[in-house]
Amino acid sequence: MAMVDEPLYPIAVLIDELKNDDIQLRLNSIRRLSTIARALGEERTRKELIPFLSENSDDDDEVLLAMAEELGVFIPFVGGIEYAHVLLPPLESLCTVEETCVREKALDSLCKIGSQMRETDLVDSFVPLVKRLAAGEWFAARVSACGIFHVAYQGCTDVLKTELRSTYSLLCQDDMPMVRRAAASNLGKFATTVESTYLIAEIMTMFDDLTKDDQDSVRLLAVEGCAALGKLLEPQDCVARILPVIVNFSQDKSWRVRYMVANQLYELCEAVGPDCTKTDLVPAYVRLLRDNEAEVRIAAAGKVTKFCRLLNPELAIQHILPCVKELSSDSSQHVRSALASVIMGMAPILGKDSTIEHLLPIFLSLLKDEFPDVRLNIISKLDQVNQVIGIDLLSQSLLPAIVELAEDRHWRVRLAIIEYVPLLASQLGIGFFDDKLGALCMQWLQDKVYSIREAAANNLKRLAEEFGPEWAMQHLVPQVLDMVNNPHYLHRMMVLRAISLMAPVMGSEITCSKFLPVVVEASKDRVPNIKFNVAKLLQSLIPIVDQSVVDKTIRQCLVDLSEDPDVDVRYFANQALNSIDGTTAAQS
Amino acid sequence: MNGGDEVGGSGELPQPLDWRFSQVFGERSAGEEVQEVDIISAIEFDKSGDHLATGDRGGRVVLFERTDSKNASGARRDLEGTDYSLRHPEFRYKTEFQSHEPEFDYLKSLEIEEKINKIRWSQTANGALFLLSTNDKTIKFWKVQDKKIKKICDINTDSSRTLGNGSVASSSNSKTTNACLTNGGLPDKVNNSLSNDFSLPPGGIPLLRLPVVITTHETSPVARCRRVYTHAHDYHINSISNNSDGETFISADDLRINLWNLEISNQSFNIVDVKPANMEDLTEVITSAEFHPTHCNTLAYSSSKGSIRLIDLRQSALCDSHSKLFEDTETPSSRSFFTEIIASVSDIKFAKEGRYILSRDYMTLKLWDINMDSGPVSTFQVHEYLRPKLCDLYENDSIFDKFECCLSGDGLRVASGSYSNLFRVFGVSPGSTETTTLEASKNPMRRQVTTPSRPSRSLSSITRAVRRGAAESPGVDGNANSFDHTTKLLHLAWHPTENSIACAAANSLYMYYA
Repeated sequence: MAMVDEPLYPIAVLIDELKNDDIQLRLNSIRRLSTIARALGEERTRKELIPFLSENSDDDDEVLLAMAEELGVFIPFVGGIEYAHVLLPPLESLCTVEETCVREKALDSLCKIGSQMRETDLVDSFVPLVKRLAAGEWFAARVSACGIFHVAYQGCTDVLKTELRSTYSLLCQDDMPMVRRAAASNLGKFATTVESTYLIAEIMTMFDDLTKDDQDSVRLLAVEGCAALGKLLEPQDCVARILPVIVNFSQDKSWRVRYMVANQLYELCEAVGPDCTKTDLVPAYVRLLRDNEAEVRIAAAGKVTKFCRLLNPELAIQHILPCVKELSSDSSQHVRSALASVIMGMAPILGKDSTIEHLLPIFLSLLKDEFPDVRLNIISKLDQVNQVIGIDLLSQSLLPAIVELAEDRHWRVRLAIIEYVPLLASQLGIGFFDDKLGALCMQWLQDKVYSIREAAANNLKRLAEEFGPEWAMQHLVPQVLDMVNNPHYLHRMMVLRAISLMAPVMGSEITCSKFLPVVVEASKDRVPNIKFNVAKLLQSLIPIVDQSVVDKTIRQCLVDLSEDPDVDVRYFANQALNSIDGTTAAQS
Repeated sequence: MNGGDEVGGSGELPQPLDWRFSQVFGERSAGEEVQEVDIISAIEFDKSGDHLATGDRGGRVVLFERTDSKNASGARRDLEGTDYSLRHPEFRYKTEFQSHEPEFDYLKSLEIEEKINKIRWSQTANGALFLLSTNDKTIKFWKVQDKKIKKICDINTDSSRTLGNGSVASSSNSKTTNACLTNGGLPDKVNNSLSNDFSLPPGGIPLLRLPVVITTHETSPVARCRRVYTHAHDYHINSISNNSDGETFISADDLRINLWNLEISNQSFNIVDVKPANMEDLTEVITSAEFHPTHCNTLAYSSSKGSIRLIDLRQSALCDSHSKLFEDTETPSSRSFFTEIIASVSDIKFAKEGRYILSRDYMTLKLWDINMDSGPVSTFQVHEYLRPKLCDLYENDSIFDKFECCLSGDGLRVASGSYSNLFRVFGVSPGSTETTTLEASKNPMRRQVTTPSRPSRSLSSITRAVRRGAAESPGVDGNANSFDHTTKLLHLAWHPTENSIACAAANSLYMYYA
């Protein structure tokens, strides 16, 4: 057989490599399946390429995954919607492989295709596919079947619908737990397509079976169904059928089931409405907040704000707040941490007075927690409280704790505080800031840990931006420049770092009058590190200051440095000199 | 809870079994040296009993399949059905693969042996077999599937070449490599030409052909490692066990038990941790762990102090407190230096329906009812004649040998190994006196004990507690004085549905039926 023509050669290779031994080449070909399809034309794609793919579904998972994805958008390449059904066979065989991610991708693609198919095609080819999978010999096929019922069901005849419902019910009772799990997790999706008359009669029966399953793993997926089904049912049905299940689940023997309830409960509240929330779900939630398994308390504590949002403040104060107080001194640090990450959000819900009365002590105790994550979680949400209780109170009660944290043993905590200082500053205002935090900012600049010093320098820049150059001139610059005489070269280096960050904010005048003399002085430092940092700094100052200053002061200083005995100093000095020449050349 | 476990049932006693030799794999010829790497270190039947896996010290897993059932890898319904003909099970070699390789942990300067510690079969799916195998540190999930041998021909670029499927036909390797090389550089070209406004005619290009795959009828089993679960154990893994939910399994080392999801290999959850804050306070280690066969939230683990703990995963995330504790409270008549050492449980197994647990310590097999935590239902002496020799056994370290145990599928009998390649089968039905000693050889009944004495009731224990084997006169167990501590039968497995035992004597696998 003759070789194919030269221009076709690349595509010919692409096609051949569909069956290459090297997985990378096969993958490459599969990813360009649309190119191959265009080269073959619509008809041959339908008659040759697609059957070819169906027959060769025993490839590596990666290849199959790519194939499943490509086929999902393949309708245009087989000739449009009326031929969409030809794509079903290869996807059907991909739905039966044992690798979950391949099956899920194939299901995605099937759903995409199914939702575009004409109703007659749906009945003729999609529904039989669902039935075949559901009757599959191996569990993988039956697991997959559960995920596409909702696509098949819409647009079916009544007879077929009845059949599909009973098939689904069989899947809910399958002897393999994997299949029951798939049925449980897809029940909500399927239920959205089922007519309301059958919802109560049939879907709820399946649901009830699943909630009584002896496998924990099935029951906990049924919990998810509660919220989905609850939203579909009429409120009174929801109260009658779903509520008892939720309440039961919240007292399930298995902590994993209770954990799921704790995660889902606020959604369920929306489904059952405020009255039942008050009478039934609040007690259930309170139980979960006091659960003896820490994992459950973590989940419950993390939802406390969302849950309170659904309640009126009185209820929240009466029922939830006592639990929150207990949780704030929980024995598990993870519980406290989860609580700390959301508790600030309760301030707007409870309002000013209750926040001051009830929440503030909790904030304070969490701010003093021995576990850094807990403290951090509180600090990072301070602004939410500020809006409610106002700056005065915040500063009186919380600030001492924050100041304490600013000197925390753990540098990560200090770092977090520094990052919030500009935010605090903007909220507290100039006057307040000067009193309490100004000194700290300077202290951080001399921290033992580099990250803190670096963050402190950055902080100065952000403060200068916040309060303006004049304020900075008064409150920051003198203190920073004083440090240039520090005996430790690392601290002297921080001065240079601070200058390089602040100079652009402060502007040309202050830079020339205040910073430049200090920098020039530093170029005579005995430590080479300082000197080459001076060179780098001078380079960064060039665009800020006037050309005359560059020529007069900076160039001379750099020329001196370029004759330094240290090779690194000379290198950076020369770099800076080059950049002066570069800018001059550009200007001229 | 009870169902198929007939231990507690009344009625007629089953007849003692008449054991016969069935098969041997890897039999040693006289004088042949046993290679260390060939010594079998794990045996396990799958749920249907159609397959048997062995692991060895060389890190290999060997699979055997049953030849007498209609269709070994057939339909699921066939596998689930267990209605077999009257013939005894016969197996043939199916395939083998290298599961683990020797490794070196550079951080801890530790060699990691390739020896397979345990094999557990997982759920069969899509006609393929799945199993977990573990060495001291790493668990692997294997899929073994019969693959049809395929040939690919009719290639666009050069039709004279016929590429064999690389995994099967090694003879075509050289050609394959060539093909890879020539094609390997091309993706760039493809991208270039396709992006250079290479326009395709609307009707397609008739010259292009898809590769033709010719499927032959020959199949060959191919093993592929699907997942590797690692970096979760500081100590040596002694057990792995699948959960009945089909999605999780546990792995146990000396101090911890971890829970894994089969599909997630990069995280596991610690569910039991017996490591004391100070290692000097360590008094007890985990020796074996197993999930309940049907209750997905129950598992049992045994300890070096001779206790078995049942834990309920529903209670809490970290199950430090057991829900039930089984200890033999009966104080041994004579305490000695060895009392604690020989109390260590080397293996536990749940009976099929999960009501009974069989445990093996150095000298005895004990059967426990999980509804009765006051003491074992019965105790069987495996090699009581060795008691005077404990001192010798301690000196040559044999006292630390870990014998496995197994139960028959009907729960009527139990078996465990001993020295001199002997193993013993006991009837556990109340009143049963069945006690058989077999030797792992072609003539298993050579040392058969014909007159087991009446079981002597131990006075202190509750009514059903039975102690057997102890009353036998020393020396009845064959040449008691000349027992050979180097030929020990540590590993054995009972067929799940039939009276058939597979046991390992060094590198040989012997199979018996009754």
